[in-house]
Amino acid sequence: MAAVLVSTTINGDAVQYACPPDESLLDVLRNRLGLSGVKEGCSTGDCGACSVTLDGRLVCSCLVLGAEAQGREIATIEGMAQDGKLHPLQENFIEYAALQCGICTPGFLMAAKVLLERNPDPTETEIRYALAGNLCRCTGYDKIVHAVQASAKEMRKLNKKKSRKKARA
Amino acid sequence: MGNDPSYTNQKFKVIGSRVKRPDGIDKVTGRAKYGADYNAPGQLVGLFLRSPHAHARIVKISTSRAEKLSGVKAIITCDDLPDLTNGDAAARDILENCMARGRALYDGHAVAAVAAVDAKTAKKALKLIKVTYEVLPHVTDVDEAIKPDAPVIHQDMYTNGVEPRPSKPSNLYNVAEFGHGDVEAGFAEADVIVEKSYKTEQTHQGYIEPHACVASVNSDGTGELWVTTQGHFTYRSVCATLLGMDIAKLKVTSSEIGGGFGGKTHVWIEPVALALSRKANRPVKAVMSREEVFRASGPTSSTSIDVKIGAKKDGTITAAFAALRYQGGAFRGAIPGMPWAMIGAMTSFACYNLANVKSVGYDVVVNRPKVAAYRAPSAPMVAFAVESTMDMVAKELGIEPLDFRIKNCAREGTRACYGPVYGPIGIGATLDAVKKHPHMRARLKKNQGRGMACGFWFNFGGQTCTDLNIAIDGTVTLTVGTIDVGGSRASLALIAAEELGIPYEQVRANIADTGSLGHNDTTEGSRGTFSSGMAAIFAARQAIEVLRQRAAIMWNIPVEDVAWEAGQARASKHHKLKPLSLAEIAAAAPTTGGPIAGHNESVPDNAGVSFASHICDVEVDPETGGTRVIRYTVVQDAGKAIHPTYVEGQMQGGAAQGIGWALNEEYIYGKDGRLQNPGFLDYRIPVCSDLPFIDTQILEIPNPNHPYGVRGVGETSIVPPLAAIGNAISNAVGVRMNHVPMSPPRILKALEGLDAS
Repeated sequence: MAAVLVSTTINGDAVQYACPPDESLLDVLRNRLGLSGVKEGCSTGDCGACSVTLDGRLVCSCLVLGAEAQGREIATIEGMAQDGKLHPLQENFIEYAALQCGICTPGFLMAAKVLLERNPDPTETEIRYALAGNLCRCTGYDKIVHAVQASAKEMRKLNKKKSRKKARA
Repeated sequence: MGNDPSYTNQKFKVIGSRVKRPDGIDKVTGRAKYGADYNAPGQLVGLFLRSPHAHARIVKISTSRAEKLSGVKAIITCDDLPDLTNGDAAARDILENCMARGRALYDGHAVAAVAAVDAKTAKKALKLIKVTYEVLPHVTDVDEAIKPDAPVIHQDMYTNGVEPRPSKPSNLYNVAEFGHGDVEAGFAEADVIVEKSYKTEQTHQGYIEPHACVASVNSDGTGELWVTTQGHFTYRSVCATLLGMDIAKLKVTSSEIGGGFGGKTHVWIEPVALALSRKANRPVKAVMSREEVFRASGPTSSTSIDVKIGAKKDGTITAAFAALRYQGGAFRGAIPGMPWAMIGAMTSFACYNLANVKSVGYDVVVNRPKVAAYRAPSAPMVAFAVESTMDMVAKELGIEPLDFRIKNCAREGTRACYGPVYGPIGIGATLDAVKKHPHMRARLKKNQGRGMACGFWFNFGGQTCTDLNIAIDGTVTLTVGTIDVGGSRASLALIAAEELGIPYEQVRANIADTGSLGHNDTTEGSRGTFSSGMAAIFAARQAIEVLRQRAAIMWNIPVEDVAWEAGQARASKHHKLKPLSLAEIAAAAPTTGGPIAGHNESVPDNAGVSFASHICDVEVDPETGGTRVIRYTVVQDAGKAIHPTYVEGQMQGGAAQGIGWALNEEYIYGKDGRLQNPGFLDYRIPVCSDLPFIDTQILEIPNPNHPYGVRGVGETSIVPPLAAIGNAISNAVGVRMNHVPMSPPRILKALEGLDAS
């Protein structure tokens, strides 16, 4: 099978790669582009460790083909911190001990980010269901949920400040 | 051990504070490098061919067609791994588990491996290898395996531990008995006796990161291994032994570990990856698929257990007996001399003060993957059986199960069921804390029930070697050889900072590769923070001695006149000298004798046993048989919590694994002896929406054998949940479950009054 040439955007940067048409986006990201923050736990879409966003939608990159990324926008864990400043979720995952081994952390952070973009004030149940596609074997999820709750609160405050500033301007 | 006898009343400066872990930032940014995240120049891809049969003679392996495929660089069968184990049965089992030798002993057993230029070529090559099998009768159930007509897996296996030696080989590998007193006399004294049989199914540690390594062997006999492991020094010795390499010529570097829970204390693909690299003269990267992880890397034992407990009307237990049958897969057990049922038997009644007690462990081989350690290995299953029976006895006596446990719990001076006499222990304190806990008084609704259970784990010390180096600017590198599985780098840096009297932020803890430090035993038995922490204390104290000497040189006064206090060297008052900070002494090091360091090598014994009591509320749906945990509380003795948040993390993580084990997780084998659910879809571990918040209460009953009173904390939390949930289900809907997992079909059957098994 001839390789497909793909032009896409990853974490805001234009990227081109060639991959066989049956290669997963996960393998492209990890093996061709060196984005090893995207983790492989199962390759069957059951563990969520390979979560990235495709045009803002949360996907398991093991279930997407590399070729499907043509003309789309991908975001991975590597692009989550901006200009050396951690996202509040990243800060709080450390602060609240929401990670132990850390292998599931990139996937959880991506899933939690998408949740809070859609629902800035989720209930505990909403958080638990939004994260139910990501497996963690170390924490029992307790501290993950607490970290997401704290981040949601912080981000609501930040957004209020921002919108007040905008209103003044 | 030269410990500070004032351990009980110490005032700590940084110990007990909730600092940020040093590995946190790399883990939230995706920069942390795990087993599969490393690549070597020119590396090949290594893949395994595995047996589809539970038990088969390998008549012939034909690799010629695969060898001719372009891009294939090496193919390995057992012929490439000659037996160099020299009569060491445990090592030979490891060798045979890594690559089948004449017979495939379980579904998933590796029979060949390929190294090729890419994964596609390697997969193609696997398909071209032709294996001719002669299928043999198999057995996968622990009870079936010891029936007289069961197919015998190893013709040279004669039961150990029985007199006289059996005349015929069997699948019963070992019998081990523990206890004291006279159980028959004890049962004769009892007013109430409850006897019950239990079964628990096989579960997997379920770490999210599959086994992965990059192996590189040079033509001069040197080599390197990058690997996800709980014990890189152990991996080094085992791999070197199996491959006939000099231990010091193999450098093993541990990656960040994506979960292990015991499953990464044993080698699986690593020796074969090294052999492939040696044959191909190229580095080889080998990564297990999730299916391979389930089929061919260490699950825990499935078991069958009988328990009998007798008590007097006043609630005193007069006798306790347990017979435990554990399968270890197709092999003899992972820890030489300590097979799995033996460990289970030792833990069985460890929570209680018993005059008459007997536990017999029967270790059995079956056609399943080689069992590996899984967090407090062997303890949760027998705790399920014993703690369920404890509740039944209490009910027969009309005593609250909690009060029944308080009356009979072990105390300081109690002779444990496995032999030793306890020093200060925490089981009584955890039970008292349960009694006072508001959880015990919370209201329950219809179909809801509350249960509780206790758990014990030994903990382990083990060989430890640690370096502490002070840099020229006064910052400190603590170099340890124990893998960080739960935040130990933070805890160990806290310990070094405490001893030196400096802030946590001034210390950086790193994990050395095997070329940079002496041997360290695997991070197992909850030993990481206990043992390396002990070594860090003594290394820091040695460094302090050096710092005092250097200060004395700088001041030109006798060293006896220099004390180390609050991170400073202080001269005796009469010298009238301003104290010297650690940074000032470090800056002068080049002219006062060179680098300043401390070092410790030791085998810290008496890790300090650990106890926990858990409370659990469940709601059972009588229509579906589905059970939901609605509230959960863990009370555990940590000795001294170095980093309380990370201690809580261990308590919550173990409880969650126990909940999965209790309700969902199980290996399902078909009649053909094949594993039917080797994936996270069908082997369902708890997800976020399955669980409530897990409340924790840390107690601190100091371990007298540690300068700060520390006990291991990592494992005990997985021991009580199975029984706590079983007891809660019994209180919710009135059925006594004796088969784990207590999955919806089993609960429905029990509710319908049918056979719950």
